[in-house]
Amino acid sequence: MAENARSGFGVIGRRLRSLAGSGAPDLVQQKRLTGPMPWVFAIMVALTVIAAAAGLALSNMVNSAADALSGGATVQVVEANAAERDRQAREAARVIQAMPGVAEVHLVSQDEIQRLIEPWLGMSIGNEAIPVPALVDVRWSSPITGERLGQMRHRVRQVAPAARVDAQSTWLKPVFSAIDSLQWLALALVGLIGCALAAAVLLAVRTALGANRDTIEIVHLLGGTDSQIARLFQRSIGFDAAGGGAIGLAAGLVVVVLLGQRLDGLGAGLVSTGALGSLDWALLVLVPVVGVLLAVVTARLTVMRALKRML
Amino acid sequence: MTSTPDGEIVQFDNVGLRYGADREVLSDVSFTLYPGSFYFLTGASGAGKTSLLRLLYLAQRPSRGMIRMFGTDAITLPRERLPALRRRIGVVFQDFRLVPYLSAYDNVALPLRVAGVPEHELARPVADMLEWVQLGERMHALPPQLSGGEQQRVAIARAVIGRPDMLIADEPTGNVDPDMAIKLLRLFEALNRMGTTVVVATHDLHLLKKVPESLIMRLDKGRLSDPTGALRYPPRPHGGFGLRG
Repeated sequence: MAENARSGFGVIGRRLRSLAGSGAPDLVQQKRLTGPMPWVFAIMVALTVIAAAAGLALSNMVNSAADALSGGATVQVVEANAAERDRQAREAARVIQAMPGVAEVHLVSQDEIQRLIEPWLGMSIGNEAIPVPALVDVRWSSPITGERLGQMRHRVRQVAPAARVDAQSTWLKPVFSAIDSLQWLALALVGLIGCALAAAVLLAVRTALGANRDTIEIVHLLGGTDSQIARLFQRSIGFDAAGGGAIGLAAGLVVVVLLGQRLDGLGAGLVSTGALGSLDWALLVLVPVVGVLLAVVTARLTVMRALKRML
Repeated sequence: MTSTPDGEIVQFDNVGLRYGADREVLSDVSFTLYPGSFYFLTGASGAGKTSLLRLLYLAQRPSRGMIRMFGTDAITLPRERLPALRRRIGVVFQDFRLVPYLSAYDNVALPLRVAGVPEHELARPVADMLEWVQLGERMHALPPQLSGGEQQRVAIARAVIGRPDMLIADEPTGNVDPDMAIKLLRLFEALNRMGTTVVVATHDLHLLKKVPESLIMRLDKGRLSDPTGALRYPPRPHGGFGLRG
């Protein structure tokens, strides 16, 4: 019996604090970080923190980009003749500027356009070699509606037949859609890890229940209630989850910070807008807390259900 | 101490017990136990003593019949209410059933802690009880470090520490020397004089003579032998016990 009792995470042990006050010994022996369960928790929590951080960063990225682009529109004048292209662009900028609700109209200079396309086409490509459309960047004071976009197209077409008017948000729709899928993937990962955590707790508690069956029966026969016995296991699994959760949180946060620094180094606009805010960090810190609660509740339900089959 | 209006602490009426599809290990067992009485349960090996004790300390429900304990129907009692009844019963198991990784002190303190007694209130009685069973100096020893006799004394101390209304002991003197056996019987008698109903299952017929006021319940092949009707249920109108040891 002694051998059985020492196995598993929740071996009934030296002290009985859970049955009485804080000065009493625990009945459930604490193996602290020497058993496998805290490390399983640590891995689960670290993975959850990383997945949650990715989901939150993606969410921030989408929100930030959507805010920036919601009031933006771009006019492209696709005309081979440079002089005519410039004229139509200037006319388009003029009529748009006159529209109510327009906050800013910026006629993008050829130098700016050259700088934009330089990484792809190189410095030596001149305007004559590959005609580049003239661009007008328009910023509305509020998000662009379909009606506004229609009005703008109508007016621009009257003065610049070679112009094409697009809301900036529509360009990034496929990107937003992909990011949206990644967010759902991150959420699903968090959910799956939570389920795996609950399953690991269930298996550990069942093993511990089997290993401690004799002691549970003794406590029952001495008048112990199901709740008292369940508390012993809750306490044991709670300690394991708290210890493992702290380690997992620390490891997860280190990975998130390092990954953030690497992505910052890319200098990509969208990535930098996905930085985590203080609320996001607070949510990540809550991951092990939720993990401990999940573990304790799973342990209690498992033990109570098993005890109901005993007299 | 709570008992039925008629004064019985335990009533068995036509109780039968079978495990699975096997034949009954207890058949038509009917008796009453009264507060403050001392009973010996005897019988050959396999007669059903341990099964009867398991019914008495509520580790088992019978296959048929009626059992009332402390005025409560123990058959239909919801299992959530069993702990309250069990706390009124002290049990000395034949195999001791000590928690092997708790010290002698913590094993003896277990019933009090289960009952919610504060730490500062249980230290003295637990130490006194261990002193009484001559284990005061070994209170921090783990059961595997104790001899069979010492473990048995810890088991007895654990059973009586909560001053139960009924004490059930299964072969409590099997592993102790004759002097200690007498000493333990004197403890049981002392508890009995304070109102505790004592039921001792034993093979040792010499032990019966040591407690002259005791009553004897004899089991034979799962049936209770009660030639005088002293233990019968319903009880005789004027009570009285005829099976003196």
